[in-house]
Amino acid sequence: MDIKVLGSGCANCRNTIALIQQVAQDKGATITLDKVEALRDIVGYGVMATPGVVIDGRVVHAGGVPSRSKVEGWFAG
Amino acid sequence: MSALTLSRRTQQMAQQHPRALLLLAALAWWLLYRALNPASEALVAALPVARDSHLGSALQFFLYDTPKVLLLLTAVVFVMGMVNSFFTPERTRALLAGRGEGLANVMAASLGVVTPFCSCSAVPLFIGFVQAGVPLGVTFSFLISAPMVNEVALALLLGLFGWKIALLYLGLGLAVAIGAGWIIGRLKLEAQLEDWVREMPRVPASAGHDDLALAGRMAAGLDNVRQIVGRVWPYILAGIAIGAVIHGWVPQDFMAAIMGKDAWWSVPLAVLLGVPMYTNAAGIIPIVQALLAKGAALGTVLAFMMSVIALSLPEMIILRKVLKPRLIATFVAVVATGILAVGFIFNAVL
Repeated sequence: MDIKVLGSGCANCRNTIALIQQVAQDKGATITLDKVEALRDIVGYGVMATPGVVIDGRVVHAGGVPSRSKVEGWFAG
Repeated sequence: MSALTLSRRTQQMAQQHPRALLLLAALAWWLLYRALNPASEALVAALPVARDSHLGSALQFFLYDTPKVLLLLTAVVFVMGMVNSFFTPERTRALLAGRGEGLANVMAASLGVVTPFCSCSAVPLFIGFVQAGVPLGVTFSFLISAPMVNEVALALLLGLFGWKIALLYLGLGLAVAIGAGWIIGRLKLEAQLEDWVREMPRVPASAGHDDLALAGRMAAGLDNVRQIVGRVWPYILAGIAIGAVIHGWVPQDFMAAIMGKDAWWSVPLAVLLGVPMYTNAAGIIPIVQALLAKGAALGTVLAFMMSVIALSLPEMIILRKVLKPRLIATFVAVVATGILAVGFIFNAVL
């Protein structure tokens, strides 16, 4: 799974990255996790509120730290 | 009943009877709120400190204001979290896209109060609005009102100053956001956006559907409480502690000389001092309340608060990525003028 976290580096973005890493580890999922910090790239995804999360090219979340259950849902299917 | 079963039962109830749970929580909150004043007086009376000493007066201020402000903050942030769930940035953009100026500035400033976004999203939001064809001045009305008139500021003003001042602040904040945005729109500064922003492809604004039930909105409210109250409570505690020290030790009428009505220069000075101070409403409002009690003028104090919250240096640095210096300078000048006007008018009228 190719996961990108969109955000300019604020606390919420760091928390989002940490949460995804932790859940992925708990579930034993192999992921590549990238940070996207350049504004031009962030708005290129059409995201207006950061942090945003993109999985395999699709925006699955935007605007705040996602809930743990939501993150777990990404690794379920 | 163990805590675990209790929490499971609450969750069940939230799913099946959200209305009942909401009423129950409101009742519990109200009873707690009513008990605050007697509890704080009893607490101070139980301490080995004279009630009318410097320390006694400072302690009473701290012990009464801290739980009161935290209770109000939790309630307001929860309700705003539920209201926010109706106004995602996407829906707000769709509401504003393609409108002319004037009425749209009023709408944008009002939506700024209820649309959730954190300050690090200011730039993506700005670009998203511009891309969808929201006029520049309307976008600015939104961007000015959103941080200035936020739920934390309103809850604190309500708790420490009462509803009249809270409403006044709301009205004036909206007025500055509407007026400043309208003027920026009139100045036709679209060429002052950074080139890459203007070259971004236009996207049509779509609202997205909204299918949250009451239980979902309550969950959003709780989430809001966890994120906002969890983040700002240390600032509030620090602010109230500093306020308590001012309350207990600064002599009466001391502030009247430097921040009083008669010192006309105090308003511009307050605005100038406010800009480099990067703190949020949470820390500044309790301090401001103590200053007011020591004779500072209301207009001066409101001007100071607005400039601290609306004109912060870090925000300018972030906005510099999308705006050319001339537009930033115009933005600062217009907003600062509006805040000055608020300060002077209040000191003159009250």
